[in-house]
Amino acid sequence: MQIYINGEEKTVAAESSMAALIEQLALTDKRVAVEVNEELVPRSTFEQHLIQANDRIEIINAVGGG
Amino acid sequence: MSNTNSDTFTIAGQTFSSRLLVGTGKYKDFNESQAAIEASGAEIVTVAVRRTNIGQDKNEPNILDILPPEKYTILPNTAGCFDAKSAVRTCRLARELLGGHNLVKLEVLGDQKTLFPDMRATLEATEELIKDGFDIMVYTNDDPILAKQLEEMGCVAVMPLAAPIGSGLGIRNRLNIRTIVENANVPILVDAGVGTASDAAVAMELGCDGVLMNTAIAAAQNPVLMASAMRKGIEAGREAFLAGRMQAKRFASASSPIDGLFF
Repeated sequence: MQIYINGEEKTVAAESSMAALIEQLALTDKRVAVEVNEELVPRSTFEQHLIQANDRIEIINAVGGG
Repeated sequence: MSNTNSDTFTIAGQTFSSRLLVGTGKYKDFNESQAAIEASGAEIVTVAVRRTNIGQDKNEPNILDILPPEKYTILPNTAGCFDAKSAVRTCRLARELLGGHNLVKLEVLGDQKTLFPDMRATLEATEELIKDGFDIMVYTNDDPILAKQLEEMGCVAVMPLAAPIGSGLGIRNRLNIRTIVENANVPILVDAGVGTASDAAVAMELGCDGVLMNTAIAAAQNPVLMASAMRKGIEAGREAFLAGRMQAKRFASASSPIDGLFF
């Protein structure tokens, strides 16, 4: 199914969990936070959270800023 | 001289002795950021929140790697947000990213040219974030009425601009900053617009609790040296404020006695 990660279209297997997606992106140990369709998805729920077709996923991190 | 080690201020229950808060943007690399932050003596350091570079090098360093939490209080900002909704989303992501830490710097901007705050959107975001348990240090115009309203809404610190973000123009309206300070029951920090150490000193002489800056240090020819200068400017201004300056007079007043003149 198609989803959007940080604005880019990607294909993932149906029934993928957020934990699986984060692992696939090699971000498991990284300090990132995630929202789906503008709602925060806490890290503690990544295992249970199933990704749906056309989800708009944002994966963010901290950067230098003032 | 009063003991400046005991001259602390408190934000959301946390006590700080450094009154210089610094940003981490616009540096050449993390080494330079780290050296400048160290030289500034800052205890509160701001970061921004942005999309992760997907497919990045696994060993690519992150800004948080150079900011150990036992040494620094990380202050995530909402820079780049031009509406209340994106600012609220940014704060929620930042809180999750930093393991439940509620302190944020809220800024909701009005236009690209001035980066002045959109105060209507700022008030809207403030209300929403306070309901959601955030401790808000809020970027605002140098307007005493709005500053007081933000305090009354429950912001933990109010941060009027000195001048537009990144402009280095110094404090454009000293009278308003002074009035904001005199009215306040929460820390007042000048945020944005200082250009050099004397600007920081002026902010402190006006009675501000601190100054937050980024570009004035990062865009100096020698950022590490400027960070050190800013630290001293902040300390000098703070001591001058505590000392209580002399009254300015129009005409001279001799420093040497008149008595005992022999001619």
